[in-house]
Amino acid sequence: MNTWIAVIATGVGCYALKLGGLVTPRRVLADPRVRRFTELVPVALLTALVAVQTFADGRSLELDGPRVAGLGAAVAALLLRAPFLVVLVVAAGTAALLRLVL
Amino acid sequence: MTEQAEGAPPDPPASVRPAVRDGLGVGISVGFSGLAFGAAAVTAGLSVAQACVLSLLAFTGASQFALAGVIGGGGGLVAGTLGAVLLGGRNALYGMRLADLLRVRGWRRLATAHGVIDETTAVATAQPDERSARAGFYTTAVSLYAAWNLSTLAGAAGSSRIGDPEAVGLDVLGPAVFLALLWPRLTAGRAEARVAAGAAVIAIVATPLLPPGVPVMVASVAALVALRSPSPGGASREESGS
Repeated sequence: MNTWIAVIATGVGCYALKLGGLVTPRRVLADPRVRRFTELVPVALLTALVAVQTFADGRSLELDGPRVAGLGAAVAALLLRAPFLVVLVVAAGTAALLRLVL
Repeated sequence: MTEQAEGAPPDPPASVRPAVRDGLGVGISVGFSGLAFGAAAVTAGLSVAQACVLSLLAFTGASQFALAGVIGGGGGLVAGTLGAVLLGGRNALYGMRLADLLRVRGWRRLATAHGVIDETTAVATAQPDERSARAGFYTTAVSLYAAWNLSTLAGAAGSSRIGDPEAVGLDVLGPAVFLALLWPRLTAGRAEARVAAGAAVIAIVATPLLPPGVPVMVASVAALVALRSPSPGGASREESGS
């Protein structure tokens, strides 16, 4: 049941943010520093997620070879300008293949 | 949502058609990555119903993956929820930008708000005029919402039939999705790269010290670098990703 509360709270919270943005007066973003900060927050959050999900399991740091290699394959696909879904398939496929072989 | 049909003449001007085509292309191709979310969510321990409700209500991929990631990593639900909602904060910024472009009023804002995400912002702001921006926004929103929710169901239901999710590499999907969403920004400028590096280091260092989910939120302080050094020409850049 706790998970349900988290699911619904996340849904409601995310919706409230979208609506809040749509009804906020534009002058709030007038300060270029505030604007810049809000542009960079997603970069920080998403990178932190990538790092944690790649190199940690719960509270312990770990180096899982196939997982790291899968992410490396994703980087290669992105450098080659592969479409979104192709990047995902390449990443998961690389990890799966290495686990099968190793 | 029927807004895009309203007020559109039978023979749309040339500028609207590319917007609709862009919207459908992005909506359908990105929408089917709901397969990845459904699979990742069930792998992380959510039920099929929970994965589907999250896609219906939250409808913002990064936040959904974040919540699933924290739950899968054994993290606290409060930290997971806060992190997921904080990650949705950029949609508020998109909303501020789109309010000007879409010019929706009254109750329609309630429905329009749900469509304010990375992809709809990217398509809308790429259009040459307001009419086609609106067409692009609503086409992307409706097609992406439909594809995202259908494919979430398919991915969630399908992955419960897969024996070991790690064996087919599903554990890599979460970070790969974030990296792909992040990529245009990482390559956009040096400030972005610095913030990303700082955030990664903070999150890794904090992981053994703090409950799961919290290190990700703490890493957002890496963006404070923007307050110390205003970006060169930062105000002229588009904030929308793809």
